[in-house]
This record gives sequence, structure tokens and C-alpha cells, in this order.
Amino acid sequence: MIWLAAALVAFTLGAALAVLLFDNLLAAVAAASVVSLGVSLMFVMLQAPDVAMTEAAVGAGLSSLILALALRRLGLVNLDLKADGGDSDA
Amino acid sequence: MRSLATVLFLGGLVFLLAVLTETLSFGNPPMLVGDAIQRTAVNDVGAANLVTAVVLGYRGLDTLGELSILFAAATAGGLVLGAARAGSRQRPGGFILCAGADLLFPLLLVVGLYIVMHGHLTPGGGFQGGVVLAAAFFLPLLARPTETLSHTWLSVVEGMAGTAFIAIGMLALFRGEAFLAPLFDKGVFGELVSSGSLPLLYLAVGLKVGSELASLLSRLASDDEMTS
Amino acid sequence: MNTSIGLVFFVGAIGLTAIGIAGMVLSNHLFRMVLALAIAEAGANLLLILAGFRWDAVAPILSNSEVAQSMVDPVPQAMVLTAIVIGVGVQALALSLVIRVRQRYGTLDMQEARQRMQDDLDAAAGVTPSRSRQQPAGERLLPVPDATVETGGRHD
Repeated sequence: MIWLAAALVAFTLGAALAVLLFDNLLAAVAAASVVSLGVSLMFVMLQAPDVAMTEAAVGAGLSSLILALALRRLGLVNLDLKADGGDSDA
Repeated sequence: MRSLATVLFLGGLVFLLAVLTETLSFGNPPMLVGDAIQRTAVNDVGAANLVTAVVLGYRGLDTLGELSILFAAATAGGLVLGAARAGSRQRPGGFILCAGADLLFPLLLVVGLYIVMHGHLTPGGGFQGGVVLAAAFFLPLLARPTETLSHTWLSVVEGMAGTAFIAIGMLALFRGEAFLAPLFDKGVFGELVSSGSLPLLYLAVGLKVGSELASLLSRLASDDEMTS
Repeated sequence: MNTSIGLVFFVGAIGLTAIGIAGMVLSNHLFRMVLALAIAEAGANLLLILAGFRWDAVAPILSNSEVAQSMVDPVPQAMVLTAIVIGVGVQALALSLVIRVRQRYGTLDMQEARQRMQDDLDAAAGVTPSRSRQQPAGERLLPVPDATVETGGRHD
């Protein structure tokens, strides 16, 4: 049981550090939703299902959606897509 | 210089929190109020979900404060962002997105209303269900960006839901009890129609939160001259 | 064994709060400040729920069974429910303000935006904008020191 808790805490703290250290802001938003997921799982372990549901819906769902929409509106989205019609070098 | 001050501040904050949590006996909280609520909630409120009994029955005024904070934040956000215009420069989503949004919309509506209406029996309630309802109304906007939500209807729903919450509270006041005291018959424990006015209050909360967040999301998703 | 699992959770909650506050103070980009705010709020909510935990207790939902089980404290959970929803409201408002700053000043770097805001305020107040923190705002500029004056007499 303690190993599960320790793994969850390490996972969440790593994702929180990743939010501050990533350069690509879209990746930082994804890391923030991973933090919310980890915290929601910790709430389940602490016997708080109502709070876990709220954190999952609001933190991993709505908050990430609001952050990503604001990123798009700020024009800071960097999607490294290859041009259409280009395949990998063969 | 700023980094040094930050390191000192953070060291002090971590030390403060560590000392505070040291004095908490983890796993054995005194729980004076919690035990009393667990003993008397069935007779007072009649809800199976004790967190709902606390949120709407014992601490209903806090929920009213939370609704007003959410209202203020959504209104101020809408004011700062300006009017919502349709995303005219975006392509409509592909087949998967459109078909998925059309299929998911009724499913999300049903799940959201289920979570809202069963808030007093299982984990759930107005806020969680409200978020799912907001997602249900926002999803077609992602698939077809050229359409807009009708902000008039959303404001009407939000206003009426908030007024209904306060009206139910004042009904208790007119009966001679405290504001937002649980009303009506407690019913059979564990049934859907039980615990008096709590499902009605959560329905009002769910509709208010859902329409507010849907309106905020649609304003955020609309274009302005900065997006490419 | 019992206290160490509590230690693990407390380290997690305090660590999340500290990382969030560090990110808010140390970051130069306004958007990353909002992300750090979200992390700090998650850490604080976790700390509240940890205060209500009880060993070998179940979730605070009454079932039809006759045996009365010991339950986790429902009051901090109700408070955290409120806090999570308020947190997302605050983040939405902060993002609206960030979008507005970007529209008005064209930059999201904190020092740049602060400099431009100060210039706007100075222009509106009719004061000559000061270019450095040491220079007094006003008409009389201090003389710029020559580069050739002070050599210290150490050259050989």
C-alpha cells in the first residue's frame, strides 16, 4: 500500500516539475492535467470519492480545456506537423 | 536576488507546513463535528451521501457563496473577453469529430443529469454534473466552430437556476426556520425522491454551473485577430 | 508503517504547494504563472483532505447495512469540493486577464509587459518615462560616466 502511495506521489511531483520546466506550453498544459489526475487518484486512496470525482472532472477536464483554449487564443500553440502529403523519409 | 529571496521564502513555507502537519495526528482526527454529523444526518437531512448533507444541509450558505463567486468570475471573464464571435477562420472538424460529437451529446446529457439527480445517494452532485453538462454543450462547438451557442438562453437558464436556489432557501425562511434549512418530507432513506429539497437544490446548482461554464467556454473558444 | 504512509502523502502535498508557489514567483511568462497557480491549488486541497483521513475508515456514504462503520471526516471534503470549483473560476478569470494583456501590450513576458504598462501610466500622468530604476523620473538626468575615467592604476 505504501509503495502505491509513494509511486503516485513521485509521479505527481514529477509532472508538477515538468509543468515548470517544459518549453512547449501545450506540453505544460498536458502535464498540469497529469498532476490533476495524480491528485484525483490520491483522493481515491484517501477514501474521498466525491472529491476525486470533482477533481477529475474539473481539474483534468475543464481546467485543461480552458487552458488549451486560452493557448489557442493567445497564438502560442506550436504544433510540429509535417506538411500534408509528406511521408517519412524512405 | 529574486531567486535567493524565493528560496528563503519557500524554505520558510515548507518548514511552517511541516511543523503544522507534525502536530496533526494523521489518521486519528478528533472529528467532533464529523462524528456528530454522522450520527444525526439521517434524522436531520435524510441523505445517504454525507458530503451532500454537509454541503447543502449543514453548510448551505457556503454553497451560496461559492455560486456567487463562480457567477462573478464567469461574468468578469466574459466582460474582459468581449463578445463571442463565430470562429470564421477555422475549418469544421473532420468526420470523426462531427460524428463523435453528435453521438456524445445525448450521452453526456444523460450522464450529467444522472450525476446531478443522484447527488444525495452516491458520490456526485451539482458541481460534477454541471461540469459534464457544460462539456456536453461545448462539444458540438469544437466539431463545428462556425456555430455559436445562444448566450441569451444560457443567461436565462443561469439566472433562473440561481433564483430558484435562493427562492427555495427563502421558502424555508418564510416557514419560520433558518435560511436554506432542508424542507419537505425526508422520505424513505435511499430512494431517489428523498431528503426533501436537496435534489431540487442540487438541480438548480447543476443547471447554473453548467450554463455558466458553457458560456465561458464558448467565449474563450471564439476567435479574435490574434489566432491564426 | 502507519506513520510513513502519512509522511509520504504529506511530502506530496507540501511539495506540490511549494512547487506551485515557486513557479508563480520565479516564472517570467504570464501563462506559466497561471499553470503554477493550478498546481498550488491542487496541493492545498490535498493537504485539507489529508487532515480528515482516518485509519481503516470508509468513504462518508451511508449504505443500507446495519453495522455502523467508522467514516472519514465529511466536513473537509465539503470544503474542498467548494475550493476546487472556486479554483477553476479563478483560473478562468486569470486567463481572461492574460488574454487581455496580450491583446493590449503584445507581449507575455512579465518584465516587458510591466515596462510597457509603466510607460503607459507615465504617459497618461504626463511624467517623463524613466528608463532605469536608479534614474529619477523628471527633467534632470544624471551625467553618464565616461568609460575612460576610472582605470584603477593597475595596468602595466
